[in-house]
Amino acid sequence: MDPVIQIEGLCKDFRVGFWRRRTRVLHDLTLTVHRGEIFGYLGPNGAGKTTTLKLLTGLILPTAGSARLLGQDVRLVAAKQQIGFLPETPYFYDYLTGREFLDLCGRLFRLPTGVRRDRIARLLHLTALVEAADRQLRKYSKGMLQRLGLAQALINDPSLVILDEPMSGLDPLGRKAMRDIILGLKAEGRTIFFSSHILPDVEVLCDRVGILVGGRLRGVGRLDEILKTRTESVELILDRVSSDLAIVLRDLAQAPLLSQPDGVLVRLPDQERADQALRAALEAGARVVGVAPQRLTLEDHFLREVQGKTP
Amino acid sequence: MKIQAIALNTFREAVRDRILYSVLAFALLLIAASAILASLSIGQEGKIVKDLGLASSSLFGTFIAIFLGIGLVSKEIERRTIYAIIAKPIHRFQFLLGKYIGLVLTLLVTVGVMVLLVVGLAWAVDGHWTPGLLAAAGLDFLALMIVTAVAILFSTFSTPTLSAIFSLAVFVIGRLSGDLRWFAEQFAGAGLRRVIQVLYLILPDLSRFQIGSQVVHGLPLAPAGIAWAALYGAAYILVLLLLAIGIFQRRDFK
Ligand SMILES: Nc1ncnc2c1ncn2[C@@H]1O[C@H](COP(=O)(O)OP(=O)(O)O)[C@@H](O)[C@H]1O
Ligand SMILES: [Mg+2]
Repeated sequence: MDPVIQIEGLCKDFRVGFWRRRTRVLHDLTLTVHRGEIFGYLGPNGAGKTTTLKLLTGLILPTAGSARLLGQDVRLVAAKQQIGFLPETPYFYDYLTGREFLDLCGRLFRLPTGVRRDRIARLLHLTALVEAADRQLRKYSKGMLQRLGLAQALINDPSLVILDEPMSGLDPLGRKAMRDIILGLKAEGRTIFFSSHILPDVEVLCDRVGILVGGRLRGVGRLDEILKTRTESVELILDRVSSDLAIVLRDLAQAPLLSQPDGVLVRLPDQERADQALRAALEAGARVVGVAPQRLTLEDHFLREVQGKTP
Repeated sequence: MKIQAIALNTFREAVRDRILYSVLAFALLLIAASAILASLSIGQEGKIVKDLGLASSSLFGTFIAIFLGIGLVSKEIERRTIYAIIAKPIHRFQFLLGKYIGLVLTLLVTVGVMVLLVVGLAWAVDGHWTPGLLAAAGLDFLALMIVTAVAILFSTFSTPTLSAIFSLAVFVIGRLSGDLRWFAEQFAGAGLRRVIQVLYLILPDLSRFQIGSQVVHGLPLAPAGIAWAALYGAAYILVLLLLAIGIFQRRDFK
């Protein structure tokens, strides 16, 4: 596989407080992102996601370790030629119009005038900013700035797009649009690396995720792999449960039964036992009120990682 | 092209700010008022118009240079507008040079308007025009470019308030430095003399760029002196910008 982002042993210290004490906010990060994938870089607030993305885009300099984008060291300006970057809660020159700002960005890539004009028109259309294009950015809403941020990130037709919290500041419709655009970028063969602390957005998007907690990478993998490592459980709700059946069910569930208004709740650790329990229940004349397979969500996994964090 | 893009953007920011127009209008009004006052006095009209006009345009130019210069870099970092720019393939020195050139361009236009008014008024009062005025204004602009470079240097690592104080101090001491050195040689003790000598070496000697009074009083100008001052100014600006670039290269933007 063709690596697009190669991060090796990356560390970042910040100096904080009156005594300018060094604190490490990113610990020995090693991570590879491959061509054509959507990689979700997840973690709670303050985990170090933005710090990582700033290191990748040359906004801050690493304390130790190295990072390569498309084979080039991030400290080289040439590494940015094929990169698009959307900063977190973007703020742009508010005295420019959207079109002027995109033109400025295009100039920084030395795009010829004709190419700039065409691409700006296409990106304004893509981000639904055609009507606002000639308004000053001070009159843009947060969501519009976010969309303009995406447009400026794509001005150079990048093969790698790095997005810091692309969903933040967007309403549900805006999120849906952003998701569709990201999937569209992938379909065009681009690699997308984005950070998020909002999980539902991620589940439907990512090919792989990395989970960062307290500046340390706690897990990387395909979403289905991460989620499959835990057995799914199945919950049954049964009514008219005889005492004999209750004993059988307790055996299968290896746990006490919970009584509920509409019946008895049985939580079975796997599909096999769920089948047996159902068969037994039907034979014993019980009524099946509900069957609910319990899938482990990314959220569960995430919470487990965050709560289980070691100091 | 990248430096040019940043410079034009910086220029655009300045000319889209109403404050700049207010300051410029105030300066023009002051220059015009001084001409009217001068026309009331007898015999000295031309001299007063030129003297006051050059002094006001220089002072207002310095005010604008410091006022805009101190935020040139720090404001971009504070407002995070720099993030999207530095993430593009532009060298940090290109960004900094672009900002500097953009501000110099802004000053060229605003100070240019003021100087044009001074030249025009002097012509109207004298009945003939004084080419030396342009030489004086040009040399003074070089001093202004030094002050701008000082402001941008501080702006790369300090807050706007501190930068303003430092830049203003450098300007005042720089203007007085000729007198200061003279004072040191005449009166000061050995210790103080040493301190003033070191200050004189480090801080820009802006008094070298003041040939206004010679022009006003119709004294001959020394081309060699002007050439030396220009060379000194260019070298000083170069050193300041290199220092600023050196600091800016190593900075984290957070
Ligand atoms: N400029 C800075 N100076 C000091 N500490 C910082 C700075 N920027 C971020 N941090 C700290 O680094 C940690 C990671 O921050 P960040 O990368 O912004 O997290 P995230 O983007 O995952 O929310 C936080 O604890 C934050 O307080
Ligand atoms: Mg963040």
